[in-house]
Amino acid sequence: MLLGKLTLDAIPFHEPIIMGALSGAGLMGLAVIAAITKFGKWGYLWKEWLTSVDHKKIGVMYIIVALVMLLRGFADAAMMRTQLAMATNGHLGIFPPEHYDQIFTAHGVIMIIFMAMPFMTGLMNIVVPLQIGARDVAFPFLNSLSFWLLVAAAALVNLSLGVGEFARTGWVAYPPLSELAYSPGVGVDYYIWALQISGIGTTLTAINFLVTILKMRTPGMKLMQMPIFTWTCTWANVLIVTSFPILTGALAMLTLDRYLDFHFFTSEAGGNPMMYLNLFWAWGHPEVYILVLPAFGIFSEVVSTFAGKRLFGHTSMIIASGVISVLGFMVWLHHFFTMGSGANVNAFFGIATMVISVPTGVKLFNWLFTIYRGRLRFTSPVLWTLGFMVTFSIGGMTGVLMAVPGADFVLHNSLFLIAHFHNTIIGGAVFGYLAGFVFWFPKAFGFKLDERLGKAAFWFWQTGFYFAFVPLYILGFMGMTRRLNHTDNPLWTPWLYAACIGAVLIALGIGCQLLQIVVSLRNRKQLADVTGDPWNAHTLEWSTSSPPPFYNFAKLPQVHDIDAFTDMKEKGVAYQVPQQYAPIHMPKNTAAGVYIGGFTLVCGFALIWHIWWLAIVGLIGIIGSMLARAYDNDIDYYVQPDEIEAIERERFEKMGIDFDRYDERDQGTARPRPAKTLEQV
Amino acid sequence: MTSHATALHDTHAHDHEHHDSGASTQLGFWLYLMTDCILFASAFAAYAVLFGNVNGGVAGKEIFELKYVLVETFALLFSSITYGFAMISGHKGSKAGLLGWLAVTFLFGAVFIGMELHEFGTLIAEGHGPDKSAFLSGFFALVGMHGLHVTAGLIWMAVMMLEVIKTGLTGRAMTRLNCLSMFWHFLDIVWICVFTVVYLKGAI
Repeated sequence: MLLGKLTLDAIPFHEPIIMGALSGAGLMGLAVIAAITKFGKWGYLWKEWLTSVDHKKIGVMYIIVALVMLLRGFADAAMMRTQLAMATNGHLGIFPPEHYDQIFTAHGVIMIIFMAMPFMTGLMNIVVPLQIGARDVAFPFLNSLSFWLLVAAAALVNLSLGVGEFARTGWVAYPPLSELAYSPGVGVDYYIWALQISGIGTTLTAINFLVTILKMRTPGMKLMQMPIFTWTCTWANVLIVTSFPILTGALAMLTLDRYLDFHFFTSEAGGNPMMYLNLFWAWGHPEVYILVLPAFGIFSEVVSTFAGKRLFGHTSMIIASGVISVLGFMVWLHHFFTMGSGANVNAFFGIATMVISVPTGVKLFNWLFTIYRGRLRFTSPVLWTLGFMVTFSIGGMTGVLMAVPGADFVLHNSLFLIAHFHNTIIGGAVFGYLAGFVFWFPKAFGFKLDERLGKAAFWFWQTGFYFAFVPLYILGFMGMTRRLNHTDNPLWTPWLYAACIGAVLIALGIGCQLLQIVVSLRNRKQLADVTGDPWNAHTLEWSTSSPPPFYNFAKLPQVHDIDAFTDMKEKGVAYQVPQQYAPIHMPKNTAAGVYIGGFTLVCGFALIWHIWWLAIVGLIGIIGSMLARAYDNDIDYYVQPDEIEAIERERFEKMGIDFDRYDERDQGTARPRPAKTLEQV
Repeated sequence: MTSHATALHDTHAHDHEHHDSGASTQLGFWLYLMTDCILFASAFAAYAVLFGNVNGGVAGKEIFELKYVLVETFALLFSSITYGFAMISGHKGSKAGLLGWLAVTFLFGAVFIGMELHEFGTLIAEGHGPDKSAFLSGFFALVGMHGLHVTAGLIWMAVMMLEVIKTGLTGRAMTRLNCLSMFWHFLDIVWICVFTVVYLKGAI
């Protein structure tokens, strides 16, 4: 009674693969804890990172979570490909169906919610305030809280590996399969609470960034002058604010069905399972644009920077993103053409879907025209961008193909669909985040990443992608459906082998990236970025040092044009030393977000296992910590001019600019930016 | 020296704009309300879909008592008016007036919640609980979600009354009261939709 449904049987001692994974993860965790203890870094970690409200540090932590979850999600993918390569011609492979079903569900949930979303949010956290010349986000504590809610949700997903089970429903958890009658275990409950908690965090983040963007732009920056990455994030945030509540609602209804015997989606008492599909995809389709729009923004920044030109069609890019956002809300039904909504309804949604390719095409041409007559430097962010342009175009075309309802009736739930959405999400969103990772890494850490390994990573990913997913297109045409545990068609087997090789190639790409981080860390002296502008870029984040001081800008920049930093460089007013510094108002770090996240984890875990008293304890803890935070008066402080001056002096001296001589009074004599050669990048 | 002092002062004013001051907080809260609005829209949509699915059990017109709900409705509508009076007192700087009107508002809100709980209790006792049909599921979820919001608003109101008693009408308190004000009026508007879509339409 005291532990609800939780018993020792919940831990899968009899499953060697799970126990192996658990002990591996446990050993790695212990190693990390031991290392932190050995080097005495707990205090530093707590004070400087975990309790930080600095958007740059929160962004870095988001990306760390994303990378860890990428490894977990990729491990799931590797297991699926191995299983399908082995389980042919009468062999059953290594995973029984009940385990395999959890793997593909976890893979989808983790990659979308716990890899792509935090990666996107992390880049947005690091870059957007810097791009608009702000010193922080509008609500720094709320930002920390959002992050810790994500961590609580990610912890729940990982707990499901060792305590109980995860959902076996596929990442969409369609009822009635996900209802209590057909999924009596805790798997779906893990799914529900993990998504619910992270979704609330995401909604809060979106509100936070919309207010930041609307209220905290540096003097002179008009909305239409904001950099494209900020704009695409703005649209993504608008989409989050409008679509995530629908997911919250749908999950809440499923929760009521499972916990209190309601009948929203059951197949009895008048429940309507099809309504779940509508609600889920009314969130789910905008969600894919939430993922891909910021990636489009990254490609825009990368292309314009490395082509040495300003972006072609800045305004049309903003409008195209807006059109995609609006249309993204009008196409959700194409996920279930086969459900039987009738020919006219299907035709409407089919055409609306095809129309989205128009603004997307506008973007593609904008990037091409930006490159046209530019001098493109083939750095690894550019390789990701070019790889994206080709790969995403193919994915877009297969999408238009499936937007034809008649064709969709043939391809629905086949591996063709799987290939299509990986084609757009990997080739679109993930390539974009990886480009952004390399592009902004020096800004976040003060040194660049090793280019050779970066390019190797790209080529492994790119070839691996085609090896892994082109066979799936073909298998889709050959009639293979998704979520099969084993097959017995000898014609499919070679393609399944090929796809497995693709997974190996992608694994090598990920390996290169991990190695790249290690090697670059070791060579950080040679790779150091002292100017703060390693790529000769356009936007304000490059006008401050790398990594930026905690207050971002000693003096808020005055903006007159699009590409504010390029404008300053052209006018010769970049790198000016101000006459004097004024005190800067900054928020203090707080542990409240960590505590609320911790109590949320406790509450979620208790709800999953029906431990009601513990759920109440968690809830009281959440409310109590919120009130404690609300009545904490010690939340901000002023950075004094002498401290700012010392930090700025160090920066300018590193750059070789005479801190005492050059200031705003010397009209027109500001030192030109230090000469830089292309070899540096 | 003077110019330095002025600059310092300006920075303060400027930065307060930039850091979680009233204007930003209220915009943020407004955006949150819009997300809440979409959450309610989902519940309304689900209710509309499930409205006819009574599973051989009771339909709306057999269980809704319009007169009872009308009293409930007026309790909530009056609470919005009295919240308005509370804010007027607050802007005039009258702590006692604000606290008095907040207490009246709280009372109206509590009456509303009490009546709703009574309605729910009666329905369940009569065998018309949310487990009986999809229609009743949709009804309990939609009305219950609104009730949960009002309850949260009541707790928030109690906390704000304590804050004002302890620290007076500070800028922080007024910002929070403004947010609660938006929240309270928003719930009123949602209730008007509930009254129309659930009770009036159901009674036809």
